[in-house]
Amino acid sequence: MSSFWSAWIIVLTLGLLIALIVLLRWNMKNYTDVEEGELMDHEFDGIVEINNPLPKWWTYLFWACFAWGFIYLALYPGLGNFPGLLGWKSSNQDVQSLAESKAAMKKAKEEGLIVQYDREMRAAEAKYGPIFEKYASQSIDELLNNEKALEVGQRLFLQNCSQCHGSNAMGGQGFPNLTDDDWLYGGSYETIKTTLRNGRQGQMPAWGEQFSDQQITALANYVASLSGRERDADLVAQGKKLFTVCAACHGQDGKGNQNIGSANLTDSIWLYGGSISTIKETLKYGRHGVMPAWKDILGEDKIHVVAAYIYSLSHDK
Amino acid sequence: MSKIKHESVEKNLGWLSIFMIIAISIGGLVEITPLIFQKQTNEPVDGLKPYTALQLEGRDIFMREGCTNCHSQMIRPFRAETERYGHYSLAGESVWEHPFLWGSKRTGPDLARVGGRYSDQWHYVHLMNPRNVVPESNMPGFPWLAERKLTGELTAKKMRVFRSFGVPYTDEQIANAKQAVQGKTEMEALIAYLQSLGTALKRAE
Repeated sequence: MSSFWSAWIIVLTLGLLIALIVLLRWNMKNYTDVEEGELMDHEFDGIVEINNPLPKWWTYLFWACFAWGFIYLALYPGLGNFPGLLGWKSSNQDVQSLAESKAAMKKAKEEGLIVQYDREMRAAEAKYGPIFEKYASQSIDELLNNEKALEVGQRLFLQNCSQCHGSNAMGGQGFPNLTDDDWLYGGSYETIKTTLRNGRQGQMPAWGEQFSDQQITALANYVASLSGRERDADLVAQGKKLFTVCAACHGQDGKGNQNIGSANLTDSIWLYGGSISTIKETLKYGRHGVMPAWKDILGEDKIHVVAAYIYSLSHDK
Repeated sequence: MSKIKHESVEKNLGWLSIFMIIAISIGGLVEITPLIFQKQTNEPVDGLKPYTALQLEGRDIFMREGCTNCHSQMIRPFRAETERYGHYSLAGESVWEHPFLWGSKRTGPDLARVGGRYSDQWHYVHLMNPRNVVPESNMPGFPWLAERKLTGELTAKKMRVFRSFGVPYTDEQIANAKQAVQGKTEMEALIAYLQSLGTALKRAE
């Protein structure tokens, strides 16, 4: 704040307080010719007024408010650029980026300023930090046997993951079920962690331009036949020929490839649905499922615990 | 009688009004006027970008559908909030908001940093019918957004109005505004807007 506006605030604030004190003192004196307790010389419809002083309790309260006001302004930031004797702040607002925010947090700590938010964060770090640190040093097998850790993982899951994967982790159309043993990118503990850290980008291209509707129908029938369903033999045969294009990602046998996240088409688990019409939709328009990256939001230690919870959903202890 | 000095003020409506206005305006003069000239409230944070034409239209849909009635866009500096939503909101993130949509009601979660948190597909499914992804949700569905198309008639005008408030739109952006939104659905615009929320700080890192 510029020194002009700082002075503006200080002068107006203190000026107002002092003006009110003067007003109060002025109103406590008897300027009338009438003695206290005597009748004033006006009368309205038989109602008369006695010249009484201001109530004592009320004036004392008023003085107490002044005292409180001055003490508050001395201790806390209220007078322009004056930071207050306590050096208290609610948060570091005068920052322009995350880096500056971190620097401000560090500086405030070194200079012993009381930033309410920073203090809350440090207290929480002192309390919860060691817990996450302990979990971070534990292997997946240890975590699977640690009921408390899994509970923590579940809380984090409900808060951050359930919006897409559901509070029971069973997913929905377009959002993978995490409780089964079918994994697009792999279900090992380390792979789950990689997925959490960096996110995933689904890359099923749209084929509506390259293939005619009839060809799409044939392909869909062939894909449906891969999971053992009885489909029209002619369509399946025609689709099988066209499938060579798909085999680049899904493999000639249609079993998919976890390295690139292509789905296994031979099982009965379908991310977007396994009906002929849905498979046709997938073929025609493509699918671009996105798993967001969590490394900046959750951080490594929490990802470690969330991954353990997710892993525990499809693995016995 | 004449010695009661304040009687002259109490019985003169003109003076009474003037003194009342002075008394009432001191709070505003102290608390509001300095903010208008402060760096903190005027300078954008690093990485802040004006809304694109599509995002700007999405913002209007956000207001039209009353999203602010249930969703705030203001993360307060409490751990309970920053753990869930991310870094607390900074004044510099709102300098180009006219009006700001901070809100004060949280039936649903805060949206100040919802950008990038979910996929576009999630937003689509969720806006069509929230219970398709979050069975516990009590948010209404907004399926008509997917059917209504934007004409872009007023987009350039809106951007010019924002520029008059100091938002740095270029002539080129304004000239291309109509073309950028024409034919897009309101759903696409709203999702584009939501995906932009609170991403400036991340961008600057």
